[in-house]
Amino acid sequence: MATDDTIPITVEFSGGLELLFANQRKLTLSIPTYNENRTRSNIAFLVQHLCDNLMKDPRKDMFVLDGTVRPGILVLINEADWELEGEEKYEIQKGDNILFVSTLHGG
Amino acid sequence: MAPSLCAICATNRALILRPKDHSKLCKPCFVSVFETEIHHTITTNALFHRGEVIAIGASGGKDSTVLASVLKTLNERYDYGVELILLSIDEGIKGYRDDSLETVKRNALQYEMPLTILGYDELYGWTMDQVVEQVGKKGNCTYCGVFRRQALDRGAARLGVKHVVTGHNADDVAETVLMNLLRGDLPRLSRTTSIVTSTPSAVSSDPNSHTNIKRSKPLKYAYEKEIVLYAHHKNLDYFSTECIYSPEAFRGSARALIKNLERVRPSAILDVVRSGEDMAKLVPGSDEGCGGVCASAVAAAEEGEGGCGSSNGRTAGGEMASMEMHLAQNDLAAENGLEVEITSVPAKKGKKNKGQPPAPRKTTKQVMGQCKKCGYLSSQDVCKACVLLEGLNKNRPKHEIGVVDEAQEDSTSGVQGVTNGINKVNIQVD
Ligand SMILES: [Zn+2]
Ligand SMILES: [Zn+2]
Repeated sequence: MATDDTIPITVEFSGGLELLFANQRKLTLSIPTYNENRTRSNIAFLVQHLCDNLMKDPRKDMFVLDGTVRPGILVLINEADWELEGEEKYEIQKGDNILFVSTLHGG
Repeated sequence: MAPSLCAICATNRALILRPKDHSKLCKPCFVSVFETEIHHTITTNALFHRGEVIAIGASGGKDSTVLASVLKTLNERYDYGVELILLSIDEGIKGYRDDSLETVKRNALQYEMPLTILGYDELYGWTMDQVVEQVGKKGNCTYCGVFRRQALDRGAARLGVKHVVTGHNADDVAETVLMNLLRGDLPRLSRTTSIVTSTPSAVSSDPNSHTNIKRSKPLKYAYEKEIVLYAHHKNLDYFSTECIYSPEAFRGSARALIKNLERVRPSAILDVVRSGEDMAKLVPGSDEGCGGVCASAVAAAEEGEGGCGSSNGRTAGGEMASMEMHLAQNDLAAENGLEVEITSVPAKKGKKNKGQPPAPRKTTKQVMGQCKKCGYLSSQDVCKACVLLEGLNKNRPKHEIGVVDEAQEDSTSGVQGVTNGINKVNIQVD
């Protein structure tokens, strides 16, 4: 159950990125409201969290490169381009939908 | 951050940040602007004419799916009066194309377009599985790449269609510009930046010859990012597959460079495309030498465009196939060696003189003629596909021969020479 200590969110993967997450297109999960530095959890934290805890595929660099979301992967926060929302610094809110879409995959 | 309002309607919340000009748009305004810009690309370049039948090279991937959807919309909205059909290529790798071809079949129903799927076996007499059986895992990537480059043209010729459109986007073109720049290949850079390509001579007695096929790229100025966003916001049904990010090392690096540049300076992608076009005008004898003003500014189709696993394949169908095989081979070096050797057969003398400094490169245009065997545009007497087919058919048990007639003709001395080149290459690879 979500409490004040955690934030319930939805995370989606598409454009081929789901292949790195055991073919899961949609995840509902709760993340800690505050991370270890006592700051609000933001996208940077979420990305690290996904990488460390949910991504079983060893090819981490296809999702995260040089400590940030790999260039060529789009991030939509509640349908809005993350660049409109502060990118990695966006503080995650209850019920947020975060979508990661790869533009790098082929057909 | 406070939500921003759309720069066009000033009513809805902005969801899209356009890479080309940083404008912030809402979903409906973005969809409309995206479509309008492609309409402008089509009209300013006079890509289509009324009554034309146009085959969309369809792989089920994002680019060709968006292309099909947008062209259907525009054809109805602006009454182009063109007939759109879908053309897909099946390389003949067991199980490989199943999902993407299912997507194309759904697209055919969704967009009410007739669909033709042509296999390598129908086009060349060989499926990729058979090629692998014959040549082994090493080097089959070369076959797949070379065959794929001609597959859409050959397929269109079979259907009697004279115009093929592909889903190449601005990122693809920028990547190709960079690659040719880094290779110092300005003549090719000149050809590959062109929005329309076709055979210059276009003289063939056979009206269905694939030498008369025109190719164009209506999405040439569309960012890959916006193509993906368009597909997302329009809920388009497309298929993505495990594309490994670095197809061949060089192209992969060019790709990564483009994506990194975009992160820092989003306009860079279109800037590279424009630079490519400007450089193309400076190439002596270039088709665009007239500055693009000349009505016949149509570049020659590029046989060598894209390598194995190039982004071309992603839209034209087949990148993944070659890619998977590519990955299945651990001996990448040997395989790349094969690709290089075949490409450089005519230039061998120069390349082997290791002790001498390289001769200064001439930036004159390559003389593009027609393949003596199949008539396809080629800088050699015989095109790469026919050379490869010749090699394959020679070793095939007699009773199976005859599927590809043109490759069975008497060998000219030129063919023999090139074939010997292939044999040499095989020795080197093994
Ligand atoms: Zn708007
Ligand atoms: Zn040929």
